[in-house]
Amino acid sequence: MAKRWHLIVDVEACNNCRACFLAVKDEYTGNDFPGYSAAQPAQGHNWLDIQRHERGSYPLVEAHFVPVMCNHCENAPCIQAARDGAVRRRDDGLVIIDPEKAKGQKQIVEACPYGAISWNEEKQLPQAWTFDAHLLDQGWDKVRAEQCCPTGVFRTLKVDDAEMRRLTETEHLSVLKPELGTRPRVHYKNLYLIETCFVGGTVVHEVDGIEECAADVEVSLQHEGREVGRTRTDTFGEFKVDRLPPNSGPYSLLAKGPRGESRLEFSLGVDSPYLGVLKLR
Amino acid sequence: MNLSVLLWGIPQAMRVVARIYPDYAARLRERNLIAQFRLRDQPEGRWIELREGKIRTGKGLHAKPDLTIHFKTREIAESFLTPPFNLLERVDAAKNFKIGFDGPDDLAVWFMATLARLETVTWKAGTDMGNGVTRYTNGTNTGPIFVYVKDGKILRTTPIDFTDEDPPSWTLEARGKTFKPSRRTTVASHGMCQKSMVYSKNRILYPMKRVDFDPDGERNIQNRGKSKFVRISWEEATELVSKEIKRAKAVGPGAVCVANGSHHQWGNLGHYLSAFNRFWNLIGTTKLVHNPDSWEGWFWGAMHHWGNSLRLGCPEFYGTVEDCLKEAELIVFWSSDPDATYGFDGTERREWAKQLGIKMVHIDPYLNHTAAHLGGKWISPRPGTDAAMAQAICHVWITEGLYDKQYVEERTTGFDEWRAYILGEGEDGIAKTPEWQEAETGVPARDVRALAREWGTKKTYLGVGGWGVGLGGANRGPMGVQWARMMTILGAMQGPGRPGSNFGNLQFGAPLDFNFYFPGYSEGSFSGELQFSANSANNYQRMPHIVTMNTVRQSIPRIWFPEAITQGKAMGYITDVSSVQGQFFPFGYPSPGHVRVEMLYKYGSASFGTMVDSNRWVRMYQHESLKFVVNQSVWWEGETPYADVILPACTVFEKWDISEWYNVGAGYVHHMYSMNNHRVVTMQHKAIEPRGESKSDYDIFLAIAQKLDLGAVYSEGGTSELDWCKRVFESSDLAKLISWREFLKKGYFVVPPDAEAARAPTAQRWFYEGRKKDTPEPYPMPSDYVGGYGKGLQTPSGKFEFVAQTLKRIDDPDRPPLNKYMPRYEHPSRDPEVADLPLQLLSPHSRYPFHVMGDDEGSSLLDIREHRVFKDGHYYLTARLNRADAEARGIKDDDLIRLWNHRGSVVCAAQLTDRLLPGVVSAPTGSAQYRPMGEPGKSTDLGGCVNLLNPSKSITRKSHGIRPNTTRIQVEKWTGVDTWQPLAESA
Repeated sequence: MAKRWHLIVDVEACNNCRACFLAVKDEYTGNDFPGYSAAQPAQGHNWLDIQRHERGSYPLVEAHFVPVMCNHCENAPCIQAARDGAVRRRDDGLVIIDPEKAKGQKQIVEACPYGAISWNEEKQLPQAWTFDAHLLDQGWDKVRAEQCCPTGVFRTLKVDDAEMRRLTETEHLSVLKPELGTRPRVHYKNLYLIETCFVGGTVVHEVDGIEECAADVEVSLQHEGREVGRTRTDTFGEFKVDRLPPNSGPYSLLAKGPRGESRLEFSLGVDSPYLGVLKLR
Repeated sequence: MNLSVLLWGIPQAMRVVARIYPDYAARLRERNLIAQFRLRDQPEGRWIELREGKIRTGKGLHAKPDLTIHFKTREIAESFLTPPFNLLERVDAAKNFKIGFDGPDDLAVWFMATLARLETVTWKAGTDMGNGVTRYTNGTNTGPIFVYVKDGKILRTTPIDFTDEDPPSWTLEARGKTFKPSRRTTVASHGMCQKSMVYSKNRILYPMKRVDFDPDGERNIQNRGKSKFVRISWEEATELVSKEIKRAKAVGPGAVCVANGSHHQWGNLGHYLSAFNRFWNLIGTTKLVHNPDSWEGWFWGAMHHWGNSLRLGCPEFYGTVEDCLKEAELIVFWSSDPDATYGFDGTERREWAKQLGIKMVHIDPYLNHTAAHLGGKWISPRPGTDAAMAQAICHVWITEGLYDKQYVEERTTGFDEWRAYILGEGEDGIAKTPEWQEAETGVPARDVRALAREWGTKKTYLGVGGWGVGLGGANRGPMGVQWARMMTILGAMQGPGRPGSNFGNLQFGAPLDFNFYFPGYSEGSFSGELQFSANSANNYQRMPHIVTMNTVRQSIPRIWFPEAITQGKAMGYITDVSSVQGQFFPFGYPSPGHVRVEMLYKYGSASFGTMVDSNRWVRMYQHESLKFVVNQSVWWEGETPYADVILPACTVFEKWDISEWYNVGAGYVHHMYSMNNHRVVTMQHKAIEPRGESKSDYDIFLAIAQKLDLGAVYSEGGTSELDWCKRVFESSDLAKLISWREFLKKGYFVVPPDAEAARAPTAQRWFYEGRKKDTPEPYPMPSDYVGGYGKGLQTPSGKFEFVAQTLKRIDDPDRPPLNKYMPRYEHPSRDPEVADLPLQLLSPHSRYPFHVMGDDEGSSLLDIREHRVFKDGHYYLTARLNRADAEARGIKDDDLIRLWNHRGSVVCAAQLTDRLLPGVVSAPTGSAQYRPMGEPGKSTDLGGCVNLLNPSKSITRKSHGIRPNTTRIQVEKWTGVDTWQPLAESA
């Protein structure tokens, strides 16, 4: 089976240092790569962008960062939107917007459901990240984003479909907007960090009339009559139950320790709630 | 070798080299001249005539030479001219007048440089990558990079991946796991944007003069910052600057003042401690005394408890990566965000700690970048109040017996007094309980108890400041001294040096070879400056060069530079690191026998972004007493137009330099490279020609020096930057492991790590175990030990002092010997002028630019929306607000907002977040831009100079330290109409 390029992006590993974002600017600004890409404008184009997400609320909050770029889709809407074969898919899977043929074709920008194609106003040209195809063709074995990433967010792979399916299975990979059927070649790990909710809180109790953090207390989360999560509080009485589907409605929570218990009903919307201080009685 | 043969050989060599190397032939066409060599004691010599590139030569003496190089004796001449050259002898011959020259200075420099080039022209730099691409190397303020060049243009820059030919990396065994670092360099964002900075639209490409500046007529000083500039030639620029130097020198000693930022572009030669120092020492200047920027609380406070003066009051860090990974159970990050600015080798090590299950706690009003990445418990005290929380931790430890009693008993003094204070048995009668601190900090008492118990029962590393061993954060706040002192006290109560108990956050202390010598920038390369740099420690012996000295004994405390100019006087305290009491010396401006500053030569950086209450700077620049201002910069930044002449410097990619990754050298941060997983020395190749008419700092100073007949002294007889690189190389241990030619070609060298058995011992263990000091730092100075050389700490008792004896020797009301909690941050109950300012600004170092570097308007960093947001044609600085505070003001994400108080008013773009304690706004200092809407200094800034808001008061009354970490402000949606006015000119 033919081997094609894929990129795995681990959301958990990204700390928004922006090295990849800057490497892509470094590579494409001021450089024309004939047949691959025309030079990117010095500012304003983010072919590889990083989206910031926060989960939770003060004081129990998380920050996550998702690098997003051209997905090099197997069923690429931009190919269909292009005239005169201005966007083509290569045998190795990479989707290239021809820097000559695509001139004036703004509909290519609009066709991308991921917003990953930028419009070069000066050149009247749709432009996107080429997966560093010009470098891979020269023998590079990884994209620049991977080469410079200090925290191991990216993995560049050239594998056949069966191997990619195996990786998707074993590493629990997913893609952005799978419902569109675009079949991206950029795969994400730990996307649950932005796609699901957590619920957290702080459990306290009184010891000799003084309020203390209730550590190592069992917390159980019930939804639709069954337990969907169970955890124990940490040293600070904090707990977190993760991977809950957003907008999943009513939940009940029970914290139970040697000095009493605390019960709370709440409804889960799109945000990850901090339930506040639960006092065991 | 025989003199007549040597002299005969010189023109022969010139002819041969010119035939092979077109560059050399071109060089010979630059000047027509007759130069001759001769002996002083007899009429013997040889002349060489250059005419349109052709060489004529003759034995004997010429009747009318343009230049004569003379030697005292035949022996001296033969020794001087016989290769391989002995540098020590050559320098000796020059400085003891055994050789000399007659003729114009610029001709001498040119001719001697031409002779030196006989060798350098044969050197090859860079690796051929095929397809016309050459791969060079360079060093940035965050690390080494490859630089790919094609057709004279930079194609790309990348971090360096090591190969199998480079030495192996170290490995660590911890709790059954083996850890090996990634084999590469990692660089932070300001190292990844370098190409955009080289080709920035904001590069200064030509010398310029302010249109309404006439040195012989009306200078229009009041228009600095407002008037436009016109392009002038280098000849006109250097003529003008050299004339003004002469004019100011005639006024009296100290009339010329030079000002540099805290940092510069990376490189041993180009640094302000090198070329800049060498040149200005030859002129004689008033200098600015920098306060211990970023180490304020450590320097003025913490030092008194345990010494470490040469580490600015911060702890040692050797061996702590290994000890922490092997032993520690908890890391407390207190105002500690190592992922913010300093590269990411430490990030990998912190991920190992996470894999090992070491728990983490982060104490910071902002859930900082490191905390967000690593996870763990977040505690968010109100800015400035952390010392109260730290005292409550002591309370729990004392009342519950959770401290290292043996260490406290044997290795410390003053604990009884400290315990009494904490328990409320002292003067104030207040027990510093967790409940007591809650009112001050807002942190629940139960959290403090839980933390204190966890900490007191588990082996804990305390990471303080960005590096884990000082730097930035809370130590720069109004109570930074109290906080840093508390950190040392918390550390001491847990017996630092005990396995698993120490200072650090894995950012420092990698197991590298700390004995291999390569100079850091603080050694000043060829500066010749022996008094005010680390030159004399190693460099001066290892790299012979001519000593230089500033004979002007006048300096100005940098915080109050504007007052020195506008009011004619300023007083500060010296940042003398050699001893603890060094910091007690007041100094004043003006100095006896010296005159007031008339001329300012500003060298790089943008002070409006980095100095506090910086509208004062505008008033300084427009003050009538400042008759002439030069600004030498690479980029057009906010401060640039506040000048009369602007000189364009080039970047490190357009000149030669040499350096080691994060090696700043002794006296600054000794062994700072222990932040990295590898020691990497880089050649900083000249990858492209300077853009426009820009020049290297070295060459700019040389051009001015030649106007003042100082060119030969400055350049040590026409030594080029590339020659100096080789001299630095040869002065180091590198020359034992790789040849110059190979190093120049490859561009980098990875220093092999020590064998495991030879690794540096763990920090403070020697003191914990009551042994002589065994860590590889030459601190303190031998004279500063009281209990015998190598025994004990640099304190009067030789022990850790809970009550600092040295503070009894200065009566500073803000630094009592016992570190009492004294609320000193601005608060409406104490300061009526902040009554209408409900929010607390937190202004840390910026994450993406390095201070102002990388923030110029052409940089690719500007598209990072956590740094700046593009709106209405301009990139506005991002300010983070707690969601609730924003919603109360009708502010949404990306809205333009105005941050203001009575000192300044700055427009930023809002970023709503839950990562901030409510009531706190976070916006970094370090804007390179300054865009006043109206009258400079008196209107709202659109550029993002948050430091306009911070006060200029010193961190304590008897010290010299800024406190820019927090102040009171109000925030509102920006209406586009500027109604702000300063309340009154600050004192």
